[in-house]
Amino acid sequence: MQALTNRVKQVNRSPMNFWERLYLPAILKGMTITFSHIFKKKPTINYPEEKRPFSPVFRGLHVLNRDEEGRERCTACGLCAVACPAEAITMESAERKPGETDLYREEKYAARYEINMLRCIFCGLCEEACPKDAIYLSETFTPADFTRKKFIYSKEDLLIPNPLTEAEKLAEAKGETV
Amino acid sequence: MTVMQHVWIVLGVLFVLLNIGAGLIWVERRMLALWQDRLGPNRAGPLGILIVLADTLKLFFKEDWVPPFADKWVFIIAPAIVVASVLMSFVVIPFAPGIVVADLNVGLLFFLAMSSIGVYSIVLGGWASNNKYALLGALRGASQMIAYEVFMGLSLMGVVMMTGSFKLTDIVEAQRDMWFFIKQPIGLVIFFIAGIAETHRLPFDIPEAESELIAGYHAEYSGMKFGMFFIGEYLGITLISAMTATIFFGGWLGPEFLPGWVWFFTKTFAFILFFILLRASLPRPRYDQLMEYGWKILLPLVLANVMITGAVLLWLKG
Repeated sequence: MQALTNRVKQVNRSPMNFWERLYLPAILKGMTITFSHIFKKKPTINYPEEKRPFSPVFRGLHVLNRDEEGRERCTACGLCAVACPAEAITMESAERKPGETDLYREEKYAARYEINMLRCIFCGLCEEACPKDAIYLSETFTPADFTRKKFIYSKEDLLIPNPLTEAEKLAEAKGETV
Repeated sequence: MTVMQHVWIVLGVLFVLLNIGAGLIWVERRMLALWQDRLGPNRAGPLGILIVLADTLKLFFKEDWVPPFADKWVFIIAPAIVVASVLMSFVVIPFAPGIVVADLNVGLLFFLAMSSIGVYSIVLGGWASNNKYALLGALRGASQMIAYEVFMGLSLMGVVMMTGSFKLTDIVEAQRDMWFFIKQPIGLVIFFIAGIAETHRLPFDIPEAESELIAGYHAEYSGMKFGMFFIGEYLGITLISAMTATIFFGGWLGPEFLPGWVWFFTKTFAFILFFILLRASLPRPRYDQLMEYGWKILLPLVLANVMITGAVLLWLKG
């Protein structure tokens, strides 16, 4: 019969002789192949010690940004909460007092800012909605925990370290440790 | 030797063996992983060695359940038989010159007898479970053991004929000039194959065959009763490896710069790794293939080996 493709492989179907039915040569050959795998590079990444490099557009855990002088950028406008399709963001606003100009950039700020990480779908719409460059999605995961309450992240969990007073911590968080 | 020396040897052997049996959990999982391009358990303790502790504690804290439909006392006794019979076999193995629990003059026969008693644990465990998969596993185990017991005994006869003794220290001493695996290669191969079947390790693990019989004869076991089957299997691997090292690879004999027991354990460990490599490489044969391999291929080979060895010995005698 005419073969349709040139990939036809002839198979030897003659019955095995005694030496082949012993299987020992075939088994030894197979075992050397298995043994050689001990020297191969393992694809496993030891997670907490090693981390897989993510692409720059990876959408991970949120951070609340500060400006160059270390003031919180968020003005509690609520656009992120409106944009959020999973309704994971809650906030309460407060007015800046006269002595707090070095803490908050705008006249109004978020007294309470919470993201429920169990509801969040990491779509990044809050990042797009923010007019003040205050919220960004970083390149880290939400760490595992035992209770649901621990997954409601407050403002303290989300704010980045102050670039003026905690420069070292900020560098560490960015992965720039010397 | 004084009584106290005997007691110390017994306790020492028991301590070393049980630790090897438990430690093999870690060795097997790490080695299997390396051969499968993985890393294996590496979290608990240095290199993950404490997985042994975690695994054992887990077994202790699991519910020790006896099914209401099981034959209670047989069900409880079965796992103990396998550990007891394997540990009894170690009685005759010489670990180093002078370090042997009981140097019986029928040592080899004693080993064969004890490994046959091990079958009872499979058969009784599977039967007492009152579960069809367990019973199927037990039946397979029984017929496999009966078949491979024959070759195990016959494969050792060549060595016995050359030594003229069943005593294991005599067999080791007879290998001072040349280890027996050079004179008895067929005996070695068949003994090792029968040993795999005896410990029902992969590729001959058809009594438990996870993919067909769930877990076969120990499907109904949990907790430390399952742990006994588990440790019995690892002790069985150690036993067959130690026997191979003793009978065919000169036991404690080796260059003088290391003490005898170091040589013995090095050889034993090499065969344990070989067992694990076999598990990493081979698929499980079908039940009828296993039987055919045993009766149609190994039996003629082993009989020919016995006959040729005997003929050559008679011819050398003149």
